[in-house]
Amino acid sequence: MTQSKPVLLSVRNLKRHFDVGKGKTLKAVDGLSFDVYQGETFGLVGESGCGKSTAGRTILGLYNNTDGEVLFEGQDIHQMTDKERKTFLKKMQMVFQDPYASLNPRSTVYEIIAEPMEIHGMYKNKKDLRNRVNELLEDVGLNRDHANRYPHEFSGGQRQRIGIARALALDPDFIIADEPISALDVSVQAQVVKLFQRLQREKGLTYLFIAHDLSMVKYISDRIGVMYLGHLVELTTSDQLYKKPLHPYTEALLSAIPIPDPDIEEARERILLEGELPSPIDPPSGCVFRTRCPYAMGVCAERTPRWLEKDEGHFVACHLHDEEIMQEAGVRAEPAAVR
Amino acid sequence: MTGHQLAASTSFAEAPATIGGQAGRSTATDENSTSSSRADKEIILSVQNLEVSFKTFGGEVQAIRGVTFDLYKGETLAVVGESGCGKSVTANTIMGLIPQPPGRIRNGQVLFKEKDLTKLSKRALRDIQGVDISMIFQDPMTALNPTLKIGEQLMEGVRTHHKVSKAEARRKAVEMLDLVGISNPEERLGQYPHQFSGGMRQRIVIAIALICEPELLIADEPTTALDVTIQAQILELFAEIQRKTGVAIILITHDLGVVAKIADRIAVMYAGKIIEIGNKREIFYDPQHPYTQGLLNSVPRLDLQEEELQPIDGTPPDLFAPPEGCPFAARCPFAMEVCERVYPASTQLTEQHTVDCWLQDARAKAVFS
Repeated sequence: MTQSKPVLLSVRNLKRHFDVGKGKTLKAVDGLSFDVYQGETFGLVGESGCGKSTAGRTILGLYNNTDGEVLFEGQDIHQMTDKERKTFLKKMQMVFQDPYASLNPRSTVYEIIAEPMEIHGMYKNKKDLRNRVNELLEDVGLNRDHANRYPHEFSGGQRQRIGIARALALDPDFIIADEPISALDVSVQAQVVKLFQRLQREKGLTYLFIAHDLSMVKYISDRIGVMYLGHLVELTTSDQLYKKPLHPYTEALLSAIPIPDPDIEEARERILLEGELPSPIDPPSGCVFRTRCPYAMGVCAERTPRWLEKDEGHFVACHLHDEEIMQEAGVRAEPAAVR
Repeated sequence: MTGHQLAASTSFAEAPATIGGQAGRSTATDENSTSSSRADKEIILSVQNLEVSFKTFGGEVQAIRGVTFDLYKGETLAVVGESGCGKSVTANTIMGLIPQPPGRIRNGQVLFKEKDLTKLSKRALRDIQGVDISMIFQDPMTALNPTLKIGEQLMEGVRTHHKVSKAEARRKAVEMLDLVGISNPEERLGQYPHQFSGGMRQRIVIAIALICEPELLIADEPTTALDVTIQAQILELFAEIQRKTGVAIILITHDLGVVAKIADRIAVMYAGKIIEIGNKREIFYDPQHPYTQGLLNSVPRLDLQEEELQPIDGTPPDLFAPPEGCPFAARCPFAMEVCERVYPASTQLTEQHTVDCWLQDARAKAVFS
């Protein structure tokens, strides 16, 4: 259903490497490709160190790219002139993880929310600007009395609402939310997620929602991309991801998340992954997941898996699902052994 | 709903706590309830009416306002609730880690082996801390001393408390590392914390906590700083350790999924009080307190399609001046007038299931039905 919508953001083979000295590079993001459709929520999940935040920041242009393209409405954001970039940033904004660190403690809420509009010279008249700030505060469930207070007077959930109001100030089309709820309490998380959903309905926003909590990402997203060590390993609709995960990592990740229901939890078979995430400075050859994969084969060390569309809109990078590789390896193409 | 009100007379406030204790509650005597008969179980820790506050520039924060519970030998009790509800302060008080001042234990007892831990001297407490009761903290990065080899950190506890030889301590350390699933324990003893990953460090912290063979392990958000795949490994480890050593665990967490996996009983805390306590199934399948219900409805579930999240509106009360009545009243969809004025008495629903809520009162039931 989302497929019929126009593509708003297109990420093509995006790479972001960091020079860590001694001639070594850390490949935080290493060849990411996906599209985000107008009006949808695209979830990007993975464990810490998988590169999801770096991906978000490189997409917004907070980091330069090492290779690849980020096309927003067809224009590559890394090739923009400063003037073009300023216009582009009115359309794409970001909400950060830490509601304590991302608001200037010396500014009032009014100053925090008005600043982007002042930079872009959106209102000539002080009164219009004040009205707009009040309107934004009400949009995010705060009120105009809050405008003259400082961030320390607010709880974590309220601060995140201020951060959201600031991101909405320029009336963007696209918001990148990097772990926007992970610093919040459980009941407050649900409040903020509901707020994101209401704003999306009212303003027709498109979200890139970056988080490690797969249950919350599944709840809010239309489609989900799963990252591991700088690579996307699987991409599909959020329902399909839970019902029919193809990549062994997705399977393990799903099985590791405890479900708040004792009967289900006790009956579940858990796929325990051995070990921990390898270093992105010296990632494994071939498939980056092979060192922890319960189904790893010889070919996994030799060749990087292709990014294949197995079902409509369901992409996976795994040799088990690559018929050519499996035939070469002399195994049946359909990996019955996986289940 | 608020139109119906209960009179809040003094006598009513002092009404005995037995009102709701009628027989015949459906899940009460569930046959497959694994922990239905606790009578034969030995109580190893008993917290009675504990009240702890902290002096700050802004006034005195009443962090715990009357917490009572028993812990049975070999069980896992999960304490859940949002930040600031008092779960960590409860744990730290049991462990004797409340700095006084600014902290003050205003009232109550922590009974362990017939001793009231809140009354013991620092010296007497030291013979219990780390020996009979151990604690694991949230952040494995800061729980270990970065300048000491992990072998030294492991052996320090046994050497101090059990007065064993160095060789014996070393043998014990190797055994513990093996128990928590660290390969090549002999070699690893000579390594420093930075040479281990986050999950491995948490395993080492667990090994240190268990080396003196405690009867009680308090784990304060032990997996919160870890990734889910690592969390799964550590939770598996807890279950295994409990099978092998029979240690009782107080698990403090906000993650209801983790609770569903490893708890036997659950205590739900709100604004410094345990508002509901029961065995795992009672709390998940028959929650009686509107806050417990709200908490369960505000977490998304991976296994459900098209579910609707129902956040709890508002925020917890300010504990500088906690409300006189039920602290949840301001956020509760069922609040009555009495809720704001008088704290509800505890209602014993089953042998283990207790809830503090006016809705359990016979008069409220008459009105709502």
